Formats: sequence, structure tokens, C-alpha cells
Amino acid sequence: MKQSTLQQNIDWSKSIDRDRVFDPLICQLTGPGDRVLDLGCGKGDLLLRLKREKGIRELGIELDSEYAADCLAGGLNVIQGDLEENIIDFDDDSFDLVILNQVMLSVPNPLELLKNGLRVGKRVVITFPNFAHWRIRLQIMFRGRLPVNRNLPYEWYETPNIRLATVDDFINLCRSRHIKINRKKFVSQGGNGGLKEILLWPNLRSSLVLFCLSREMNSDFLPG
Amino acid sequence: MQQSALLDPAVKRSVGMVKTDKVIFKGDDYVLNLESGKTLSPITVAYETYGSLSPAKDNAVLVCHALTADAHAAGYHADDPREKPGWWDMLIGPGKPLDTDRYFVICSNFLGGCKGTTGPSEINPATGKPYGLHFPFYTVKDMVKVQKWLVDHLGIERLFAVIGGSLGGMQVLQWAVSFPEMVRGALPIATTARMSPQAIAFNEVARQSIMSDPQWNFGLYEPDRQPSSGLSLARMIGHITYLSEDSMLRKFSRRFINGSRRGYKFGADFQVENYLHHQGSTFVERFDANTYLYITRAMDYFDLQADYGTLKKAFSQSRCSFLVISFTSDWLFPTAGSRELVKALGMAGKKVSYCDIDSDQGHDAFLLPGNRMSEVITGFLTRLEKEG
Repeated sequence: MKQSTLQQNIDWSKSIDRDRVFDPLICQLTGPGDRVLDLGCGKGDLLLRLKREKGIRELGIELDSEYAADCLAGGLNVIQGDLEENIIDFDDDSFDLVILNQVMLSVPNPLELLKNGLRVGKRVVITFPNFAHWRIRLQIMFRGRLPVNRNLPYEWYETPNIRLATVDDFINLCRSRHIKINRKKFVSQGGNGGLKEILLWPNLRSSLVLFCLSREMNSDFLPG
Repeated sequence: MQQSALLDPAVKRSVGMVKTDKVIFKGDDYVLNLESGKTLSPITVAYETYGSLSPAKDNAVLVCHALTADAHAAGYHADDPREKPGWWDMLIGPGKPLDTDRYFVICSNFLGGCKGTTGPSEINPATGKPYGLHFPFYTVKDMVKVQKWLVDHLGIERLFAVIGGSLGGMQVLQWAVSFPEMVRGALPIATTARMSPQAIAFNEVARQSIMSDPQWNFGLYEPDRQPSSGLSLARMIGHITYLSEDSMLRKFSRRFINGSRRGYKFGADFQVENYLHHQGSTFVERFDANTYLYITRAMDYFDLQADYGTLKKAFSQSRCSFLVISFTSDWLFPTAGSRELVKALGMAGKKVSYCDIDSDQGHDAFLLPGNRMSEVITGFLTRLEKEG
């Protein structure tokens, strides 16, 4: 296990609401009986739901001992460990769906993780907070402070996000690496906490994003 | 027991009064060909069962015990309020993780033990004297073969689960490897697929302390004249390896036996010394020195990698789901070994769950309450039942 990550002592409970935002959509994107790998599955809320509603064959990877125990006590198939290390061991196309729900920004090698995700899974669902949201832009411009809000609930000194990304950054990456974007969803949260889908100018207007990806035939990320 | 406790399924209860059964495997069908090349026959096996076998005979759980335990895993032998229950009573009983309302739980004293199963302290029928050092060397693989005889004898074709900690966990792994068609769920806990040189070293010091006791007399002691100082010392060394620095600090701190004052003596002065001495002397009452030598050797030789080429190859035929459990403060069988096991099982394409349970209790954690092992086991077994 990577002690470096453990020693950060992240308070994951702060982001529990944000982490559940896309659960209904991920559920829609999951086929009945799919083999699903949830990387950084936390207490297993999403996997439990997918198991209940879609009868998936699940595997979760979770670093935190207490969360892993929660998952196992709840009857989920989970391996406690570092997701970047564990994913290396899986064979190509071992899963129908690989989930990276709010984890891509907190790993040291997101590109390698994405590559492995596309290798072991036929499809990869990725969610992350969009750093180019207009409110964040204004805050940095006028207040000169990094954002701390519902979707980025951490101060700079305690955040698990060691990377930052925007919608356009990510689309650009997918284009340059020949990753196929099958589905994208952009949402923003209003003042009352309600979610609104964003169709126009997502890089400026969305605060949370979801991409469903697969390999293109000429992708740089083909297995083998 | 109160009526309400009987009606509420959530209430954890004891299996109550139990007794140890014995079965003798003899005749030409039961000649054990040991890994060492020797043979052994007849073989007596002491065992206990709790709960009842379902008509489909699909609810049997085999419990494998560790170095110095026995077939008495749960419940009570005598109607004595001072009696301690079986060694894994916290796990076995109605409403407990190994729920005797649902499962038929079996625990046997392994081959070469000294609690009723044929072993070095038992009488050799050929000579009328204890086997002593004439007993052949046996391995974990041999122990598991004899357990299979027992399972066959009970009319069970497939075990719902095999579970055990430490040396018990080694037997679990060997079951999954030796009899893949007979195991649905394997739960190796606080164990390893190969003994580390460090663990072998502790075993060797324990053996040397027994063998350097003059009373040991090359194994030819009378049963009531054990090499008690050597065996006691061996147990003390063992107990150091079962605890962690934190658990010793929590249990004993630097407390003296007599308040806060130094005794200026070499007799036990600190409470931790008192604890070790107590563990040592009570152990002599209940365990046989030669047996200790043999069992620790069986542990030392356990190495699935060496036996099958690689760990991945060892498990290639296994058909069960695995739940691997380690404990964060276990330095005798550290987390890294379990992680290696999980990795190999994953690469062999086996279904495996793993939890490195947070605990400061050291290797002993698998025998103690106060950590999350019980609920993790319950979750796994419930899932295994549903998966059918």
C-alpha cells in the first residue's frame, strides 16, 4: 500500500454528497449482469445500488481499511489496496465497465490509470469536478482564492485532488489519444443544491462532469 | 436462558454443552502416505461439530485450528461457570458469524496434535509407548488429507467454507489447492502462503529451548515429567510474536507487579514478565513438548510457491471464492504476505476479497473481539450463500 496516500489523512466524508451525484446515470449506463470494477469504491454505495438494480458482478478496490470492511460486511466483493497498483494485475477486457468516480484527480498518474482502465474494461466511466466553471474563474480573478464549495469541498492543504482538470482539457486529451467519448454529461448545482443539466458552454457552466469512454480502433490505449 | 433471547435471531448465543467425538481410520483404505515418504496407520481423529447438517449436506463449514488449539472450538465441556468456552467461541454459535442455526460447523484436532488425534504424544499401537521422536514428520498437506477423511466420513461431498487463522489459514490454503472440488469458500486469516525466514527463526529458538532442557531427554520424557522450563520458554517466545508493541503498551505499559516500585530482582518484576511467565507455565499443563517440535516444523515447511512452482500455479485448479484477511499490526504474518497471496489469486483468475483489518492487537487479533473481522466474515459468507 502506498503510505504516501494513506498519510494524507483525507476526510472523505466531506465529499460524500458530491460523489453520489452521478450514481443514477452510472446505473443507467450499466448493463444487467455486467462485470463492474469500481476503483476507489469507498463504502460501496454505488456498487450496492448497481448490484441491487442491475445484478452486476462487482469488484471494488478501496484503500481505506474501514471502508473496505464496510463493503465486505455489506456483502460486496472488494479488495483493499491501491487502485493504481491493483489494476495492473487484471487481464485485458476483464470488465464490462470500469468506474473512476471522483478519483482521477487524486492519483499520481491519471494517464496511466486511464490507459489501464481502457485496457481492462470495455467502457470506462469517469467523473470529476470541472475547474473552469465560471464561479471558480471569478473567484480566482476577483478574490484571488482557490475555490472551496460543494463540489470542491476541501481547503488547499487538505484536498485529495493533486491534479486539476477542466472539461476542455479532458476532451482535448481524449481527442489526442484517440479515446472515444460515447456519452458525456455536464451538470451544475444551483444555490439550492438542485442539479441542472448543462448543454451549452459546458466548460464555462458545468461544475461536475461525467464521461463514458471506450477505445477507438486506432487508440494509443489498445490492450497488449 | 431467557425466552426472549431464544426468539430473537440477532442475539448471539452459545452452542452450549458439547463433547469431543473420535473416529478411528484403520485398515488398508486408511494408510496415510505422508509427504516425507513414511506411512502412518491407524489414525484417530478427535473432532467436534456444532449445528446440524442440512438434508442437501451443503452447509458444512470446516474450522482449522492454529498451532496449540484443539477440536474444542466452541461451547462448554463441563457445567462449570469458571470454564472458558472453546477457542473460537466468539465466532461460532447461533447468531454469530459461523451461525450454527445455518451452518454445520466442524473442527478437528489436526494430525500430529496432542488433543486426541494421532500424534507424537499418543501411544504407538505397535510398541505400547508414546510415539515421541518415532513419530514421522508431517506437513500441512498431510494434516489436510486426514481432514478430508473426516469430511468424507461425515458424508459431506463439498464444504460450504473452510476457515482458519495462522497455521489454520495455511490448512485453508492447502484445502483450496489439494481438494479444489470440495471447497466453495476459503477464508485464510492472518496467515501466509510461505513461512518467512523470520517466522522460522522464532520457531527454531522455541525448539532449541525445548531441546536444551535436560528433561527433554531426546524426547524420551514421561508424560508427567515434561521439559517444562523449555516448553514454557518456547511458549513465552511465541507470545511475544503474537502481540504487537502497541498492544503490549496498552496491556501492561511499564507497570510493575508491586505498584510503582522496582523490586531489584531477576524474578518477574514487570507485569509483562508476569504475563509471559503465566502463559508459559499454564501451557506446560496443557501441551506436549515433542508435539510442539513437530507442529512448528510442519509450519516451517509450508511453502506453496516451492511446492507448485509459483503461487499462481498453486491455485490454478482452485474453484472457490476467497476471503483473505490480515491485520495491520501482525508482524509475524505481515500484511505484505497476504497482499502477495491476493495478487496471485487475482492473476490466477480467482474470485478474491481482501481486507487488511485495522487493529493494534498483533497476530492474536484473529482470536480477539474488538476488530471488524466478525462482520467481514458474515458479509462474505452471506454473499457466498446467495451466489449459490
